[in-house]
Amino acid sequence: MRKKISKISRHAGAFLFFVLVAFGANAQNRTITGTVISQDGRLLSGASIIIVGQKVGVTTDADGKFSISVPENAKQLQVSFVGYQMQKVNISSTSNVTVVLVSSVQALSDVVIIGYGTVQKKDITGSVSTISTKDFQKGIVTTPEQLITGKISGVSITSKGGAPGSGSVIRIRGGASLTASNNPLIVIDGMPLADGVNGDGGTTPLSGTANPLNLINPDDIESFTILKDAAATAIYGSRASNGVILITTKHGKKGKPRLNFTTQFGVSKLPKEYPVLSAAQFRNYVNTNGTPAQIALLGNANTDWQKEIYHTALTTDNNLSLSGSLQNIPYRISGEYMNQQGILKTDDLKRFSGGLNVSPSLFKNSLKVELNLHGTITNTRFANQDAKGNAITFDPTQPVTVAGSKFGGYYEWLGANDSTLNNNSNRNPVAMLEQKNDRSKVQRSFGNIKLDYAIPYVSGLHANLNLGYDIAKGSGSTLIPVDAAQSYNNSIDSLRGYNNEYQQKYINTTGEFFLGYNKDITSIKSNINAVAGYGYYDYLTKNYNSTQRSATKAIRTDIANNPPLFYYNPNEYTLISYYGRLIYTFNDKYILMGSLRTDGSSRFSPATRWGTFASGAFTWRIKQEDFLKNSSTVNQLNLRLSYGQTGNQSGIGLYGYIPTYFLSTPGSLYPFGNTFYNMYTPSAYISNLKWETTDTYDGGFDYGFLDNRINGSIDYYYKKTKDLLANVSIPAGSNFSNKETTNIGNMTDQGIDFNVNLIPVRTKDWDWEIGFNSSYNKFKITNLTLVPDPNFIGNTTGGISGGTGNTVQIDAVGSAPNTFYLYQQIYNANGMPIEGLYVDQNRDGIINQNDLVKNKSPFPSWTLGFSNSVSYLKWSLNFVLRANFDNYMYNNTASSLAVTRSILNPNKYLENAPSSVLKSSFSNNQYFSNYYLENASFLRMDNIGLNYDYGSISKNHKYDLAISLHCQNVFVITKYTGVDPEIFSGIDNNFYPRPRTFTLGLNLSL
Amino acid sequence: MKHILLKMTGLAIVAIAFNGCNKDLNRLPPNTVNVNQVYSTPEGYTQAMAKVYGAFALTSSNGPAQSDVQGVDAGTSDFLRLLWVAQELTTDEGINAWNDPGLPDFHNMDWASSNPILLGLYTRSIYQITVCNDFIRNSSDATLASKKFGASDLTNIKYYRAEARFLRAFQYWVLMDEFANPPFVTDSTAVGTIPKQIDRKDLFKYIESELISCSANMAPPKTNQYGRADQAAAWALLARLYLNAEVYTGTPRYTDAITYAEKVINSGYSLDPSYQDLFLADNNLNNPEVILPIQYDGNNTQTYGGTTFIINGEVDAGMNPALFGVPSGGWGGNRATSAFGALFPSLDTTIDKRAIFYGTESKIIDVGNFDQGLHAVKFKNITSTGATPPGGGTFCSTDFPLFRLAEQYLIYAEAVLRGGTGGDINTAVGYINLLRERAYGNTSGNITASDLTLPFILDERGRELWWECFRRTDLIRFGEFTGSNYLWPWKGGISNGTGVSSQYNIFPIPLSDIQANPQLDQNPGY
Repeated sequence: MRKKISKISRHAGAFLFFVLVAFGANAQNRTITGTVISQDGRLLSGASIIIVGQKVGVTTDADGKFSISVPENAKQLQVSFVGYQMQKVNISSTSNVTVVLVSSVQALSDVVIIGYGTVQKKDITGSVSTISTKDFQKGIVTTPEQLITGKISGVSITSKGGAPGSGSVIRIRGGASLTASNNPLIVIDGMPLADGVNGDGGTTPLSGTANPLNLINPDDIESFTILKDAAATAIYGSRASNGVILITTKHGKKGKPRLNFTTQFGVSKLPKEYPVLSAAQFRNYVNTNGTPAQIALLGNANTDWQKEIYHTALTTDNNLSLSGSLQNIPYRISGEYMNQQGILKTDDLKRFSGGLNVSPSLFKNSLKVELNLHGTITNTRFANQDAKGNAITFDPTQPVTVAGSKFGGYYEWLGANDSTLNNNSNRNPVAMLEQKNDRSKVQRSFGNIKLDYAIPYVSGLHANLNLGYDIAKGSGSTLIPVDAAQSYNNSIDSLRGYNNEYQQKYINTTGEFFLGYNKDITSIKSNINAVAGYGYYDYLTKNYNSTQRSATKAIRTDIANNPPLFYYNPNEYTLISYYGRLIYTFNDKYILMGSLRTDGSSRFSPATRWGTFASGAFTWRIKQEDFLKNSSTVNQLNLRLSYGQTGNQSGIGLYGYIPTYFLSTPGSLYPFGNTFYNMYTPSAYISNLKWETTDTYDGGFDYGFLDNRINGSIDYYYKKTKDLLANVSIPAGSNFSNKETTNIGNMTDQGIDFNVNLIPVRTKDWDWEIGFNSSYNKFKITNLTLVPDPNFIGNTTGGISGGTGNTVQIDAVGSAPNTFYLYQQIYNANGMPIEGLYVDQNRDGIINQNDLVKNKSPFPSWTLGFSNSVSYLKWSLNFVLRANFDNYMYNNTASSLAVTRSILNPNKYLENAPSSVLKSSFSNNQYFSNYYLENASFLRMDNIGLNYDYGSISKNHKYDLAISLHCQNVFVITKYTGVDPEIFSGIDNNFYPRPRTFTLGLNLSL
Repeated sequence: MKHILLKMTGLAIVAIAFNGCNKDLNRLPPNTVNVNQVYSTPEGYTQAMAKVYGAFALTSSNGPAQSDVQGVDAGTSDFLRLLWVAQELTTDEGINAWNDPGLPDFHNMDWASSNPILLGLYTRSIYQITVCNDFIRNSSDATLASKKFGASDLTNIKYYRAEARFLRAFQYWVLMDEFANPPFVTDSTAVGTIPKQIDRKDLFKYIESELISCSANMAPPKTNQYGRADQAAAWALLARLYLNAEVYTGTPRYTDAITYAEKVINSGYSLDPSYQDLFLADNNLNNPEVILPIQYDGNNTQTYGGTTFIINGEVDAGMNPALFGVPSGGWGGNRATSAFGALFPSLDTTIDKRAIFYGTESKIIDVGNFDQGLHAVKFKNITSTGATPPGGGTFCSTDFPLFRLAEQYLIYAEAVLRGGTGGDINTAVGYINLLRERAYGNTSGNITASDLTLPFILDERGRELWWECFRRTDLIRFGEFTGSNYLWPWKGGISNGTGVSSQYNIFPIPLSDIQANPQLDQNPGY
């Protein structure tokens, strides 16, 4: 934002103010009274009214009323309120006015936060999207990123399942990496979060949390800003290749204290059971096809195991916040209590969180201070996830409990002599849930203090200091009783059950110092906005390796590294950065931007650890040209062109370049004579590892037509990543491993992001807003070998359940990452698959790996999001629809379970199977058949809700009440036959069904 | 001006403070040491040597679910499991019911260069070689001279070095036998160098000279700690190498085979009176016959491969795994074909005590049905007194005999029959009858010189050494592995067996290494 107030004018203004206050009382005055209401008839409290041409003003009271004393000669009042277009009203001939303010679509986003500063929306040079509170997904949202699901073009957010607090896979324009991390950098109030906390450099969250973002109270979030292209992200250098998400928390606003209370109560249900054989069908199948021994195993019960493990789950989420200003210091204090049950029994998440924002301005506004503090405690009980699969496969003719069972009363399959547990069989799913008590407690605190000091005598120069911390501790325990079949040892009591504790901590620190300079040079119609700074980021994780104990507290000798060799594993990585950016604007028409960042990472050797990333962009504000300047149709039209380089180092090991030896862990010892020795083991190392580098080209338009009632943007991008960190085969014998993370690959990624916001109807009573976004994305791997090799098939990936080490996907040159790699099924005349018969692609007479075919990707080529909000007086109705096209899914549930041989199991037990077994009639698993590859395109209604804004419930005070009713995960339309068509990996296995949730919400604001 | 100067000074201080932080970019991994620390004490050498051996027992140094090598399922990536699959599941001795990637290819005899199990075996052998190389590099005379170790420590470390050379030669022998022309690295190859390929004949010469050379520096027979190789191990491998020399180089070396087999036979080893005891959990105690084992321990040396794989793989829940010492295990995978059962006078131990089978044999109609076939249960995780060792009910403590005396008797006899000099047929018959008498419990199974024919030797090797990773090599030497001379059920993926191309006598160089290493040429036919 450009500041035009020079020191002199500031002093002059202050002088004028004092003069007016001092002498105003003596002048000839009259009183104007009035009411300020919104378009939809709400009384607006806290709107500011000033006399045009003067600095004096008042604000409206709780009933939207004001009274102001104006000089005789005053002609106009200026009325403004956050979120509404400012309006001037004539007062020369009246003393009572009613002002109707029109909500401004863009009011909140007029100023856009970019890295290390802000710009006005009209001046943006990069591809940036902002979304704030009013456009968030509604209903019960317990993890922040789900607030913006389907709302922003080019941003895909796929929840990992329906478990309480479960995280999401977030991809901005698909990501830029193959095997390193594709997660965007997340920056909260200027503080970058760590990507994962473990030494492997992966994205593993803290023990005991499902996802690092779920420790942030969604209600504390004001807005998300998504930086998509390199022009926007390059200032974040080595962590920017996958895009950047800037989260801004709510801050206090000047004015009277305002108390806001929100409570939501939700009821969640399993949308539909996975179709399996009923007890009758199962009994019939075994009686018809089984051996006498197998028929004898049938029970007399009729158990619907899915009904036994899923239940109707209740959720309550309560938020209380107080904001206002105290002696001119804006503040906001918030607290939350949330309790979410999972639809899978014994899944439960409780969260307590508190937040504090204080933003005083000191020394005559020359020092702006912003303090953000957040604290969260979560208590979670994790259900045994394996129960889901076992509910599909457990014999429906057996009861849940049986008299005389030594396994806690639960029915379990017995072994050879009917007294031991059957080692090969599956386990009673209800027992798996009820007999495992896995609890965790995570405490996290994060926050930062930002100082912005206007350096005296140099107008427009600011020094900024940002110091932040993020500390968390997770601990928990797992208890499985001695008689639980899920951890049972037939012969040794001391190896039964678990009584374990675990703990992990991390300490992340951020220190940034930068100088910002913003200056209008009117003489040459120019503006300069420059930033130069330094950043230090340190991420320390401490893993405590605890001893694994049995239910009776004996050391579990059957578990590796137990008791652990080292009780404590600190892993640390550090980034140091120097960065600068210059935005030059000429004549408010042409904007040029250039940025440069140099990053050093402790993950690389001194010779390769520094990387420099540059970007450049040009924006042409076409609207400012003479031929459009006076157009009332076109409100905004910007052409943006940008190029930039960004890096990625996330998701690879922290110490990959260092040659080291480590001692083998207990359980991995080798004896000489009678002594067992811990083995000194050399680690493989690649001394010349370096950054992945992505070049991004972006071209786009930002547009606004017809009073901005049609606005949005469209972008085309092309990304090219080189030196991809891929875990690839290295020549055997050249190192202490045959596969290492090496800078080897190239990949391209191109696509189109389009979004439009429409306001088809806007009247005093009616308001209808539509948001539509659409993204197209296409990946292609272009190289995966040191020397280009046309015969190189690729690296298989996409491990499945079933067998040992089976994979169904491949990263191959010429295809998208994770392309499915399967045999082509042959079908009979009736269209039924013929078991084990595949197309012999190379016609060599045998079916082997050489006949696998690369085809289809798990990632959609098109995604669409459609948000609708209609309001009539106090009522509003909104819904969000989302669709993915051309995404394929491997139905692993069917491929691993829907075979007749598991029903008629040779190992002295029976197993149920999905109903689809009757269709395929496969007797043995055909894991690599493309019969299991299905088109998983879908249309989903995420959310539909009705809101009633009662308005004030008190005559004398502004006590506002709003009531809402929402349904989430309303319906899914898809051809896919498995549990859910929306699973990021494209492999559907043991997926936690997304529940359908009905929520009643109440908001009271005092 | 003063202000500006002050500010500049302030900025300079800030900048200098920031620069001081750059050393924070040197982060070291926790709980690790560098090469100098490892090799600073005799104990360090012993712990490094433990990995030199441990590399063929375990999948990793971080427990049984991790691996030193990649591209193959971690839990299955130990040396013995991979070697066992390659040597046994390709033959009449073994057929597996599972659908693991690449596993059915072995009995179908249609493996391709992308087979993950072959990749596993290849990289496992080469991995152990790189670990051997590292040890040899750091225990050169020059290096040792710079350390102030006592005389007995120095002697021991020099034995270690010779044993590392032996283990390297052993793995090169495995690579030569399975893959013929592997990449070649020694202690003089720097880490990071792309290895060159070595021709099978040249590799033969290298292995031969290394074994002869290192055996001179090894501990005399039966003087080393249990589990460590001594001179007899090197001689035993030389005997095995020479027996198969014609396959490897085209030139027979049966006389040398006799020489070295005899050296081993005269080294003081004797047959264990009980055949079954050789394959039980206490076979590490007072074992008179085993020359070099791979050691396993249910508590301390845990792997899902090794004997844990062999024992759990041979039983399932229906067979009461507790009887085999794996009360929590039993994976139901491996059994033998009827062709193998036909080598024995009966399918139980009433006549030949080596016919350690379970239940009744049934025809294999569905390879995936473990119930069908001949259930072979020679290896067990119980002691000779019937106790189950500690280890959680799945992990086994039974050691695997990599070299044992019985094999040397058979080498001697076969080399004599194949025209080697320096031995005689009567001694050979005597050696075979030692095996027969142990098997029959009396002389009723003894043979005479006229019974001692090459086909008899092949069958006797099957009876004596079954499931000990010999069968594929033996069938190749006798010309019965590929082609149609000998068909067993499901050979070539057909119920009654079918002939397959002779290219399958040698496994392909794994595709991923062909692609990673431009110096390598693929074996013929792949």
